[in-house]
Amino acid sequence: EEEEEAEGEAGAAEEEDGEFLGMKGLRGQLGRQVADHLYANIDILRPYFDVEPVQVRARLLESMIPVKMINFPQKIAGELYGPLMLVFTLVAILLHGMKTSDTIIREGTLMGTAIGTCFGYWLGVSSFIYFLAYLCNAQITMVQMLSLLGYGLFGHCITLFVTYNIHFHSLFYIFWLVVGGLSTLRMVAVLVSRTVGHTQRLILCGTLAALHMLFLLYLHFAYHKVVEGILDTLEGPNMPPFQRVARDIPVVSNAVLNTTTKTVALTL
Amino acid sequence: FAGLADVSISEEIPVEGQITVPVGSHSPDEDGSTLDEPVRETIMRDLKAVGKKFVHVLYPRKSSTLLRDWDLWGPLVLCVSLALMLQGGSADSKDDGGPQFAEVFVIIWFGAVVITLNSKLLGGTISFFQSLCVLGYCVLPLTVGMLVCRLVLLAGSGTISFIIRLLVVLAMFAWSTLASTAFLADSQPPNRKALVVYPIFLFYFVISWMILTFTPQ
Repeated sequence: EEEEEAEGEAGAAEEEDGEFLGMKGLRGQLGRQVADHLYANIDILRPYFDVEPVQVRARLLESMIPVKMINFPQKIAGELYGPLMLVFTLVAILLHGMKTSDTIIREGTLMGTAIGTCFGYWLGVSSFIYFLAYLCNAQITMVQMLSLLGYGLFGHCITLFVTYNIHFHSLFYIFWLVVGGLSTLRMVAVLVSRTVGHTQRLILCGTLAALHMLFLLYLHFAYHKVVEGILDTLEGPNMPPFQRVARDIPVVSNAVLNTTTKTVALTL
Repeated sequence: FAGLADVSISEEIPVEGQITVPVGSHSPDEDGSTLDEPVRETIMRDLKAVGKKFVHVLYPRKSSTLLRDWDLWGPLVLCVSLALMLQGGSADSKDDGGPQFAEVFVIIWFGAVVITLNSKLLGGTISFFQSLCVLGYCVLPLTVGMLVCRLVLLAGSGTISFIIRLLVVLAMFAWSTLASTAFLADSQPPNRKALVVYPIFLFYFVISWMILTFTPQ
C-alpha cells in the first residue's frame, strides 16, 4: 500500500499536477478520489481481519460446543475472516452438490445461484436477527451477529460435505439433528445469555433456530431429487439405463459409493 | 563537506529554485522515444515480458519479476482461453448445463479480487494489481490441464479417461496453488500464511472442479 502511494507520488512529481494514471484534470482527480475512497474503506474493515490461524481454528471448534453459562453475556469475537471463508467454502460445497445432482438452472447460472444463496442467507438472516435483537433489547452488534451466524455455518459445511457425497436419507437426518443442532444450540445459548426476559428470548432464539435448521434442510433437499431417482433404480432387480446422461462421472462414482455403503450397512 | 563548514550565506539573499528528484529509470514515454519505434518492436517487447512471466510460473522460484513489473495481459489471455474451452459443456443442448463464458470470466476475476482484498486486509505488503497479476498468471497450469482434458475427452469418456483427467487436474491444481503461494505468501506476516493460502486453495479448487466436470456436447 505504501509503495503504491509512493509510486503515485513519484508519478505525480514527474507529470503535471492533477494527473492520475495518465488522466488529466478533473478525471484524474476523480480517479484519485476513488482510489483513496477504496483504501479508506479497506482500512475500516482491517480490524475485523486481525486474527491468527490458531484463533480461527479454536473458534471453529467452539462453534459446535454449546455454552452452559447463560447467566452472564458470552463473549462473541467480532471477526469477519472466519465467517467469510466459511461462506465461500459453503459456496464451493454447494456447487459440488449442484453438479452432482445435475441441477439445471434455467434463469441464471450455477455459480450465481450458489453465491446468491449463501451470501443471501448470511447477510439476510444476520440483518433480520439483528433487527429482532434490537426489538427484543438483546446486547449484540451487527458485526457480532455476522460473526456468530458465519461460524454457525461450519456445521452446515460439514453436514453438506458428507451428505452430498454419501446419499443416505437416514445419515442426513442424523447429521442434521446432531451437527446442525449443536451449532444452533451454541448460537441460541449465546443469544440467550445476552437477552433479558422470557418472551424476548423465545422470539429471538426460536426464529434463529428455525431459520438455521430449515436452511440446512433446504440445501439438502433442493439439490437431491435426481440422485434419489437413480438410487431407486439401483434398488430394483433390473437396472434400466440412466435417464439423465449429463455427467456420467459423478453419477458413476456416487453409484459406486452408494452400493458400497449399502453393502457395508447390510453386513453390519 | 568539511571545507564548507565556514561558508555562510547572508540572510538577505533569498534561497529559491526548483528541487527535482531524479527518477532512477527513465520512463520511455517521457521523451517519446518509443513512439517512433516500429509496432512490431513494441509488441515483441510486451510479448517477451509476458512469456518471461509464464516461464516463472511454470518453474516457480523466489523471484520478483512477477511482482515488480506486473501486467494483466497474461491473465487476460489465460482467462479468455480457459473460458472459451469451458463453454457449453453440457449433454443437453436445450439447457444451460455448463458454465458459460461470462460465468467463468466473472468467477476468475471476482475470485482474484476477493483474494487480493483478503490478503490486503490481513496486513499484506503486496499491492492490488501485483496480486491480481500473480493470481492470473498462476491459472496457466490449469489452462494447460484443461487443454489436456479436452484432448483426452476426444479419445473417449469412460472410467479410464476420468481417472487420467482426475490425476491431471489434481496435479495442475497443486501446481497452481503452490506457484501462487510461493509468490504471495512471502508478502504476509509469517504466522498468517495459512490464512492467505486457504482462499487461494478454494479459488483454484473451484476452477479445477469446473474443468473436471466438463463434458463436451
